[in-house]
Amino acid sequence: MLKKIIQAVIVFLSLILLWQIVVWIFKFPPYILPGPWLVLKSFQHEALLIGTQSIPTIIETLMGLLIGCLMGITAALIMVLFRPLRWWLLPILLISQAIPTFAIAPLLVIWFGYGMASKIATTVIMLFFPVTSAFYDGLSRTPTGYLDLANTMHISRWRTLWSIRIPAALPALASGIRVATAFAPIGAIIGEWVGASKGLGFLMLNANARMQIALMFACLITLVIFSLLLYFIVDKLLQLAIRWQP
Amino acid sequence: MMNNHNHQNAPSLHIRNLTLRYGENTLFNNLSFTLEASKCSCLLGPSGVGKSTLLRFIAGLTTGCQQNADMQIHASDHLPINNRIAYMAQTDLLMPWLSVLDNVLIGYRLRGELRKDKHHRLRAIELLGAVGLQDSLEKKPEELSGGMRQRAALARTLLENKPIVLMDEPFSALDAITKLHLQELAAELLQNKTVLLITHDPLEALRLGHYVYVMSGQPATLGQPITPQGEPARNLTDSAILTLQGELLLQLEQAQLC
Repeated sequence: MLKKIIQAVIVFLSLILLWQIVVWIFKFPPYILPGPWLVLKSFQHEALLIGTQSIPTIIETLMGLLIGCLMGITAALIMVLFRPLRWWLLPILLISQAIPTFAIAPLLVIWFGYGMASKIATTVIMLFFPVTSAFYDGLSRTPTGYLDLANTMHISRWRTLWSIRIPAALPALASGIRVATAFAPIGAIIGEWVGASKGLGFLMLNANARMQIALMFACLITLVIFSLLLYFIVDKLLQLAIRWQP
Repeated sequence: MMNNHNHQNAPSLHIRNLTLRYGENTLFNNLSFTLEASKCSCLLGPSGVGKSTLLRFIAGLTTGCQQNADMQIHASDHLPINNRIAYMAQTDLLMPWLSVLDNVLIGYRLRGELRKDKHHRLRAIELLGAVGLQDSLEKKPEELSGGMRQRAALARTLLENKPIVLMDEPFSALDAITKLHLQELAAELLQNKTVLLITHDPLEALRLGHYVYVMSGQPATLGQPITPQGEPARNLTDSAILTLQGELLLQLEQAQLC
């Protein structure tokens, strides 16, 4: 654990050093590429602003992740339980992924308004497919030996699903949730870029328009830290919940 | 001692005129076969000849084959067979999210029979003791060795308390010494049950089987069974067993050439 933390710190510091070296060598003006020191100062001055603007983004991400996962799990279960429905549901799922999120995000703002709902919707659309796909895959690949055992033991279809197929599919679902966790902040930010009055994405756009590139970098780093932290927490929780996963 | 719990008399099982086709291939053509009551019948033969398919057919599991409508499968007591079968596969099939005890009790738990009758839990603990896993009740399968896992699978099969037991290469993945110990345990605990044991190991068949069949050809047929003397598990150093092993190996070699 300590080794991993040390590794992460070394990687982080090396990246900052590389960044500073690039700024020194190419002598970029601060409105093109500010150095780490300027960004740090921006953090210091705008801490309150960044902090308050982070809250809506965090809420949107977490709500989007929660709803997206629940919808993904439900869709996968529906496809497994009602096989004929699968042929109707699968094209809808694929279409939802074929349409670029950027293209549909303005529509979502029109439908759900400038508030959090449209950002949560963007996030949900982005990530419920990986969850559905991973969980459905897991549910379809229950080891045949388990099913044979359930058959010879005369265990009902529902009990087999609940007590054998779902637990056996949990490691696959966990992979889907991990992918979704990595996507979730991106979904929220895209939603905010398209139309918002608050949030980190909104702040980044504003900072960009005013050439406050250091602030933009500060927002970006905040977002990266939040994303990593979220992934780390979700990953640990999944590991704790599904101890038997390979 | 464990067999005292078996209140059902083990019937013999008769299969008559079974034809199974897999695509263009005919696996069995009018195959007739009897599993003698309260005896262990072992089935050997080349890979892919249809041993496991036959076992799966008897167990009522999917075989992916077409079967003829006029075949018959019935027990000597004319009672239905499908709820009187316990099945043990090559892999232990222990669920990694359950403890050893819960794995052994899985059938009762998932049929909702555990709450009604606490007796099953006690019997599971007793059986796990008989297979030497009394100290591993709450352990997860990943904490056990291959041999211990297969012992737990044996306990699960026996706890189902069915008169007919179908075993598909249950000990094939184990090392030689563990295999010998498990064979002795199985012979003791499977007494008075009608058993079909599929194996690739001639010595295992001769130690455990009352009837040892070799399946060969396409469509597959069964030869006259070898009937080793004495009760299982027979002694490895018994010269009669070793002679039969040679004979059986020759039969298997011929079966391979068919």
